[in-house]
Amino acid sequence: MKRYSDLLPGEAVFRRIVPAGDYWIDTLRRGQRLRIVDVEGNQAADTLFFNAADVADRYSAVDTIRAQGNVYLSCGSKLLSTAGNVLAEIVADTVGRHDTLGGACASESNTVRYDLEKRTMHACRDSFVLALAQHDGYGLGKRDLSHNINFFMNVPVTPEGGLTFADGLSGPGEYVEMRAATDVIVLISNCPQLNNPCNAYNPTPLEVLIWDADVP
Amino acid sequence: MVTKHSFDGRSRVAKGGRIAMSKSNVSYETVIGGGKHWSLIVQAGVLLRLTDREGGANVGMLFYNPKNLLERYNAPDTLKCQHSFKLTRGHCLYSDMGRIFCSIVEDTNGWHDTTCGNITQRLIAERWGVKTYQAHRNDWTQNGHDAFLVEGGKYGLGRRDLAANINWFSKVAVADDGSLEFDASNAKPGAHVDLRFEMETLVLLHTCPHPLNVASEYPRKPVQIRLSAAPPVQSDDFCMNSRPENLRGFANTDLYRGCGCHTSGGESQ
Repeated sequence: MKRYSDLLPGEAVFRRIVPAGDYWIDTLRRGQRLRIVDVEGNQAADTLFFNAADVADRYSAVDTIRAQGNVYLSCGSKLLSTAGNVLAEIVADTVGRHDTLGGACASESNTVRYDLEKRTMHACRDSFVLALAQHDGYGLGKRDLSHNINFFMNVPVTPEGGLTFADGLSGPGEYVEMRAATDVIVLISNCPQLNNPCNAYNPTPLEVLIWDADVP
Repeated sequence: MVTKHSFDGRSRVAKGGRIAMSKSNVSYETVIGGGKHWSLIVQAGVLLRLTDREGGANVGMLFYNPKNLLERYNAPDTLKCQHSFKLTRGHCLYSDMGRIFCSIVEDTNGWHDTTCGNITQRLIAERWGVKTYQAHRNDWTQNGHDAFLVEGGKYGLGRRDLAANINWFSKVAVADDGSLEFDASNAKPGAHVDLRFEMETLVLLHTCPHPLNVASEYPRKPVQIRLSAAPPVQSDDFCMNSRPENLRGFANTDLYRGCGCHTSGGESQ
């Protein structure tokens, strides 16, 4: 379901461009809102959340889709943790559908999907691993990299059980916004995949904005 | 329930780089009652058959590389490289490192879930009420989430290591609007699925109910497990050739095992 936000970019307390192929990691405080903007359109934002008070309690794709009874994420989706806690809720979404089945691209899965000799191409999983190594104060590592959300990605499932990677529903300036239900660590890889249409074969920047809590 | 107990784990490297088991074929057979859990390390070349004896069973399963526990079953990679939401015959089950833990070489069921996760203590309490060990001994209502924590804990794995698991025999379809539909009629008595292991694998499993099963009582369905030697993988193998991606997955697995040739792209094998 599409819903626009009434928050004004000029009132954001934080704004940052995440260049194509880079990562962004930060802590979102309870009640804060995070907006991710698909600046130029058709760009996948691979995103993970961790409960800041207990990092082993992290975003769980399977619990999230099972609890809402639907495989697609949109406005109203509660992003659940492995322990069943709500980490964040999507409160605005100008696209209408986001994926959480497809996971992140990785050098190793690229060898399977495309060619063994593509193993050195940049991939989201490498960005995730580097982010956690360069910010080791969080105490996170590869084992914590579970199945992420792919904001702005369109992965339709057919009633016969097929899975397809369709052209994105997103476009320039589209965004998704969520409110943190508790203090959460957010990790985003701005996807560098060049082998399929998830980034329209041309990875482009994302922008992240944060607003302070609207309720005390 | 143990009928045979002569498993011979010795193996040899066959010509062409695949592992073949010695001729003493079987193996080991056991029955895991409903709502239980187990784990085992399976060698490459072993065939593991799961049989839903009464119908309506669910087997939660996770895979790890016992030599590097950070390498584990990755459901998204498995689904997207085979362009499938369900699992059935011909599919290979991938690690996050682009290798194949095992291949589904036979399946009378046709649809197995790998996106709905586990039932939890909270869901059991809401749906059927909890039967405690204190009151019911081993007929207590165990849940899949805790079952994986118990079995994983035996190998040093914990909450941080949980991943999307397979739910054998459980069908969950997706409607056009994305809604999930659990099909309780899918699991027939006697249905079986055969997994051929392509590399050494730590298998965690439980027989707790599927999280979307809303049966009137906590379903307690036994599952038979049989281990035997798999026939060697031939060049025309159905799973390996079902998609070009799987040829490359087998090439990656052979490279890891140090006994395969490694060439480029889809022509590799």
